[in-house]
Amino acid sequence: MAKPSRALHKSSGTNGNRKLALVTSKGSLDMAYPPLILANAARMSGIDVEMFFTFWGLDIITKKKMKNLNVATVGNPNMHPSFHIPTLLGALPGMSAAASWMMRGEIKKLGFPRVPEFIELLVDAGANVYGCKMSMDMMKLTEADLVDGATVLGAMEFMDLTEGAQIVFV
Amino acid sequence: MTQDILDTVEFDAEGFMVNASGWTKEIGEAIAEALEVELTDRHWHVIDFARKDFEESGEPPTLRRITKQTGVDMKEIYQLFPDGPAKFAANIAGLKKPTGCI
Repeated sequence: MAKPSRALHKSSGTNGNRKLALVTSKGSLDMAYPPLILANAARMSGIDVEMFFTFWGLDIITKKKMKNLNVATVGNPNMHPSFHIPTLLGALPGMSAAASWMMRGEIKKLGFPRVPEFIELLVDAGANVYGCKMSMDMMKLTEADLVDGATVLGAMEFMDLTEGAQIVFV
Repeated sequence: MTQDILDTVEFDAEGFMVNASGWTKEIGEAIAEALEVELTDRHWHVIDFARKDFEESGEPPTLRRITKQTGVDMKEIYQLFPDGPAKFAANIAGLKKPTGCI
């Protein structure tokens, strides 16, 4: 039993202010949600959040791609039995789209927003969202291609920003 | 002065009220003071909704539910409770710690 106090809710960290850094390197629908959910949970708990989107993870914050992330039905070792599709069938046209449609339905049932709305929510919640400069150069993207609120950042700058943070790589 | 009220209330190890039905506005004010939150009408708008929603569902509302139902948007709720809106709003409203992920 403890009386309410700020200290009880203050997340412990190096400077008293805990910081979470999420590096997101994959852009499939099933790999997009874990970092978004963790980032949101952190912000709801008052933890600072820095999100670095690199390589395929960039799709999650790229305006043209973020609405249509898909689940791979071939070569995806993470398929839960309820989503499982045999590899040979998974290669048929439309299977990936069907699996993605199914997963979007399940996500919606749980009350989670779709990816574009989720990113907007995180930006509004004060999470910092960065696109990896090197990956963007490789994919011929500029800041204008990224969702509103996202900025371009080099990996070394990201290191500077995340000193003392807890880093999660997805 | 208001802190004396808190002596009459049972809290769990994290400072959340054990018995939500024993909550009053005065207790809410005392908890807010202990958390160093200065309550405005907009805070009360959120807290009143959380109470009402809890009475109907038995669960503290998720943050997403609060923003969808109250007209207090995500940006504003983080301005109202900058150190963690989910925990702070539930705590002041006398509810248990929210477990929703969103």
